[in-house]
Amino acid sequence: MRTDLQIIEQWIKPGSHVLDLGCGDGTLLDHLQREKQASGFGLEINPDHITTCMSRGVAVIEQNLDTQGLQNFDDQSFDVVLMTQALQAVRRPDKVLDEMLRLGREGIVTFPNFAYWRLRWYLMRHGRMPESETLPYRWYNTPNIHLCTFKDFEALCYRKNFRIKNRTVVDGDHQDRWFSRLWPNMLGQIAIYRITRQED
Amino acid sequence: MPDSLPPDSVGVVTPQTLHFDTPITLACGQTLDSYDLVVETYGSLNADASNAILICHALSGHHHAAGYHSMDDRKPGWWDSCIGPGKPIDTRRFFVVSLNNLGGCHGSTGPNSPNPATGKPYGPDFPVVTVKDWVDSQAALADRLGIQCWAAVVGGSLGGMQALQWSLSYPDRLRHALIIASTPRLTAQNIAFNEVARNAITSDQEFHDGRYHDFDTVPRRGLMLARMIGHITYLSDASMGEKFGRELRDQAYKFGYDAEFQVESYLRYQGERFSETFDANTYLLMTRALDYFDPAYEYDNNLAEAMTHARCEFLVLSFSTDWRFTPARSEELVNAMVAARRKVSYAEIDAPWGHDAFLIPTPRYTDVFCAYMARVAREVNA
Repeated sequence: MRTDLQIIEQWIKPGSHVLDLGCGDGTLLDHLQREKQASGFGLEINPDHITTCMSRGVAVIEQNLDTQGLQNFDDQSFDVVLMTQALQAVRRPDKVLDEMLRLGREGIVTFPNFAYWRLRWYLMRHGRMPESETLPYRWYNTPNIHLCTFKDFEALCYRKNFRIKNRTVVDGDHQDRWFSRLWPNMLGQIAIYRITRQED
Repeated sequence: MPDSLPPDSVGVVTPQTLHFDTPITLACGQTLDSYDLVVETYGSLNADASNAILICHALSGHHHAAGYHSMDDRKPGWWDSCIGPGKPIDTRRFFVVSLNNLGGCHGSTGPNSPNPATGKPYGPDFPVVTVKDWVDSQAALADRLGIQCWAAVVGGSLGGMQALQWSLSYPDRLRHALIIASTPRLTAQNIAFNEVARNAITSDQEFHDGRYHDFDTVPRRGLMLARMIGHITYLSDASMGEKFGRELRDQAYKFGYDAEFQVESYLRYQGERFSETFDANTYLLMTRALDYFDPAYEYDNNLAEAMTHARCEFLVLSFSTDWRFTPARSEELVNAMVAARRKVSYAEIDAPWGHDAFLIPTPRYTDVFCAYMARVAREVNA
């Protein structure tokens, strides 16, 4: 399993009730069900991913975060709400984060870091919107409409009074490297944050 | 029917009538001392009886869900698109049981059956049965067939309500419930359509308060109207538009009131055909069963509270253009299951055919249905 998913797994207590926003083909939930006796649901809109989830026994609900929101879920009805590599693709990331911490005691978010040095270098050298392996789209057709940096994300958490319980970074191959931990905003490619409400 | 059967058909099937002598007490308080259920089965039951699937039929359905009754049959069973070798409910892996419900008019005990008290057909004296009663009779059927636990109970529309009721009435006797194009309860609009249909029947002069058998007649006209109104709610505006548009049977308006538009003659044809094969008292009974279904009622109208009693896993499917039981109704059910922490998967299938879409194979519907059932099969080693 991908390193970022392994890191997330370590943060999830056995028997947790989990909601995975944009659960993809259900790899993570499937793993958490088997290894951590976790229960819960994935939300997804891609038909092929939904079918794969069903065939592997992951409970998946077809629901669009942008158009349908998350109002149908009760306050604090999950232990953990996950969102891997989808924050940058939703219409209002700030509101989704609010909702995540309304539904769950804890939120775990991963997203690509736009301040990664290769992206900075691309922009400086070419003067054009960066394209990379993690961001393989053109500016006009990308699903990633809200790209941000580690610093941006942390500033948002500060404004919203979210407490960052853990943070870590991995590279494009989802490997954990010592140098990216040294200067994450420059050297980290993918951010993994574990957040909660300040008062916890 | 062509000379040879399609390779993905269950083939020629023969219904059987099973007699039950253990009395069944119905929700209305009455008791049926004995009754018959007409049943078809496809595939074979495995050694530990773990691969059985129950198919629950909708308003006008019956036991003949798949295959042909003879080589001369023009059409296969009503859900042949989904039951057979290689189809979502794969008869190479599952033992499939399909029945005609109590109160039906296709051989199971119902208004047309002789009333033991009088020797004449029950007619309007046949008790009003509910979805819960049906599930109780289906449990007796499971006992008879040696099935302690269904791998899945599957149904569309009113059939989906039975699958849902199974999860609450007999939580330990099914592993999965598949609830397709259904709803946890009818809306006022749904009941209103049923009322128009019932009124069409009861106001037919040939109805005779339901004792039309005594007068050697049937309220054909009323049944036809009931089916016409029902049929409109099964289709979507778009699919009717696609099929008929404003097409006329002849070139020009005739400035009269006979069936001039194609859609008119289609509805009349459908209604007439239905009125020749279906029983009016059964139609009243089935629509009432729909109206009464409301599992949340016993739990202070809290559906989530009701769902905490279920143990099985759920698949809920809705269709984008279904305006009879809209996707919102399915989502209401899914939300209650989520709140009750039941394991549920849900998909809204994009299909243009309205409520009838659950009978029509579309690629995504088939994919999702196949994927889910393949997993059920793996789980029970079918």
